Amino acid sequence: MHGNQSQINIEASKLIGNESKPQRMRRQLTLRLTNEKLSELYRRMLEIRLFEEKVFELYGQNLVPGTIHLYAGEEAVAVGVCSNLRKDDYITSTHRGHGHCIAKGAELKRIMAEILGKKTGYCKGKGGSMHIADFNVGMLGATAVVGAGLPIAVGAGLSAKLRKTDNVVACFFGEGASNQGTFHESLNMASAWTLPVIFVCENNLYAMGTCQSRIMSIRNVADRAMAYGIPGMVVDGNDVLAVYEIARTAVERARSGSGPTLVECKTYRHKGHSRVDPGKYRPKEEVEEWLAKDPIKRYEAKLLETHALTEAEARQIENEVAAEVEEAVKFAIKSQFPAPEEALDDVYA
Amino acid sequence: MRKITYREALREALREEMRRDANVFLLGEDIGRYWGGAFKVTDGLAEEFGDERVRDTPISESAIVGTAVGAAITGMRPVAEIMFGDLTALAMDQIANQAAKIRYMFGGQATCPLVVRTPFGAGVNIASHHSQSLEAWFMHVPGLQVAVPSTPYDAKGLLKTAIRGDNPVFFCEHKLLYPIEGEIPENEYVVPFGMADVKRQGSDVTVVATLYMVHKALNAAGMLESEGISVEVIDPRTLTPLDRKSIVSSVKKTGRLVIVTEDCKTAGVSAEIAALAAEEALDYLDAPIKRVAAADTPIPFSPPLEQFVIPNEKAIIKAVKEVV
Repeated sequence: MHGNQSQINIEASKLIGNESKPQRMRRQLTLRLTNEKLSELYRRMLEIRLFEEKVFELYGQNLVPGTIHLYAGEEAVAVGVCSNLRKDDYITSTHRGHGHCIAKGAELKRIMAEILGKKTGYCKGKGGSMHIADFNVGMLGATAVVGAGLPIAVGAGLSAKLRKTDNVVACFFGEGASNQGTFHESLNMASAWTLPVIFVCENNLYAMGTCQSRIMSIRNVADRAMAYGIPGMVVDGNDVLAVYEIARTAVERARSGSGPTLVECKTYRHKGHSRVDPGKYRPKEEVEEWLAKDPIKRYEAKLLETHALTEAEARQIENEVAAEVEEAVKFAIKSQFPAPEEALDDVYA
Repeated sequence: MRKITYREALREALREEMRRDANVFLLGEDIGRYWGGAFKVTDGLAEEFGDERVRDTPISESAIVGTAVGAAITGMRPVAEIMFGDLTALAMDQIANQAAKIRYMFGGQATCPLVVRTPFGAGVNIASHHSQSLEAWFMHVPGLQVAVPSTPYDAKGLLKTAIRGDNPVFFCEHKLLYPIEGEIPENEYVVPFGMADVKRQGSDVTVVATLYMVHKALNAAGMLESEGISVEVIDPRTLTPLDRKSIVSSVKKTGRLVIVTEDCKTAGVSAEIAALAAEEALDYLDAPIKRVAAADTPIPFSPPLEQFVIPNEKAIIKAVKEVV
């Protein structure tokens, strides 16, 4: 420890084999981050968790129309990646996108208002839970077609390059999306054109109810990077610092003009696929094992253990975040629904 | 006025807009310096604007349009070429679910100024996967604009409007139109969307036709004139927005309507135009509405088969004579 800096060890794996025999080398990395940065990561993850818990609660009160896909359990991925991005960098997101919005810096109250279908929401009630965007912070929106965001991220990367900016694009998608043609088209194109895109695969093991092992004969989505001549990293997606560090190298690579990276984050959703899904297809032991690896609890323990954060500071952050989420809920509930005829607006520019 | 081909007119529009706005760029399969586009529309543009702005892509239609969407919502004005209209099926999610909806579903935050250009149409014996006319698919997607130029003048003017506009435009070309010549002014001009053009004035019957069928309708009108039948030929030029007013007022004037399009008859472009006349000009009609469209079959290969399913002058003349 150096003053207000903390030193923390993390682990990731890098592909060292070849196409016929992919092998992964585990490697240890040591991180030095300021305590401020460390607590910022903690705060952001808590924002997502408490926000999602509140969404779940509001859904139970019939205040959320439609369905919800909660990000709880996967917080370390969005936060670890987005904490390496600037405000003018871009992200693309998925149907499970609340966490991405929050991590990229969108306002909780306007996300919540959108989820409740209110006029004050980011999309004026036109998008809902599965289609939130905040172009002011580079959040280019969530698409609910699995795999559809990948080519859009490639286009944003091409645009950044053609406009001669040094912006990068982080593209979030699940392991399920990696079986869509768009995944392969996009990785190939981004690689061929050396575009500044970080493909972030959130591997939560299940494409809806279908376990990865039933539909893919490889364990690591990241191994597919080899087919496109780009680096493919596997990282513990429930370790925010590991994600942060791997994403940092991928962002640096993209920003320096060296091209895309595929980062696979192994993670797990705490709830079912959507609100109606109790997730019975997941073995109890598996769920318990992953709940024990809760990214927030783990990170908090690490921060306390290394004295980067005190227990009192942790509780203070938690209380502040809870109050912030409560504010967002109040704002959303108080907000008006759009007038019905607003359905006709915004079809064309 | 000088005469140029439809192909050259499109190329001029691309060249002028690329010179005018550095954010305009082209992407598609084989559009660059090594081929110049399957129909040579982009020939020579890579030499002037470079490979970055006239970008050869992998054979990945979905990623071509998706990339255009991503570029469009972040400040660029991409013009994507899909080599054959039939292949837009491969990119349908990006066209219909992403490009068309990205503005709406994000509450107006996004602007998606992209153009997807593609050739439709039969007539060159390349069978079911390279000959369809699928304009109606795209008319059915709110958020898209659909252009259907039939002449070099319209092709150039509409493409410039498409590139400058802030909406995603599905720009339909027809492969038999590329070599057709027409007059083009020296001066810069654009053709606004939603404004039909009366290609020939007449008083006995209104024929609404699109793309290559405009030329067949004009041929038929010429032949009918010698028999004393005066045909008014209206070309909508854009299907979305559709110039409903011009069509309705022509129908009110002539009292008769024949619609000629190359897409399949069932649920086709002609159905929408017939419905428009039925809704807004029924009391003015002196005869049933007639539709001359392709048979409800895939496009066959062998010349006699292909000619059989695609509307021709004879079919147009027959339909007109049935209503006058």
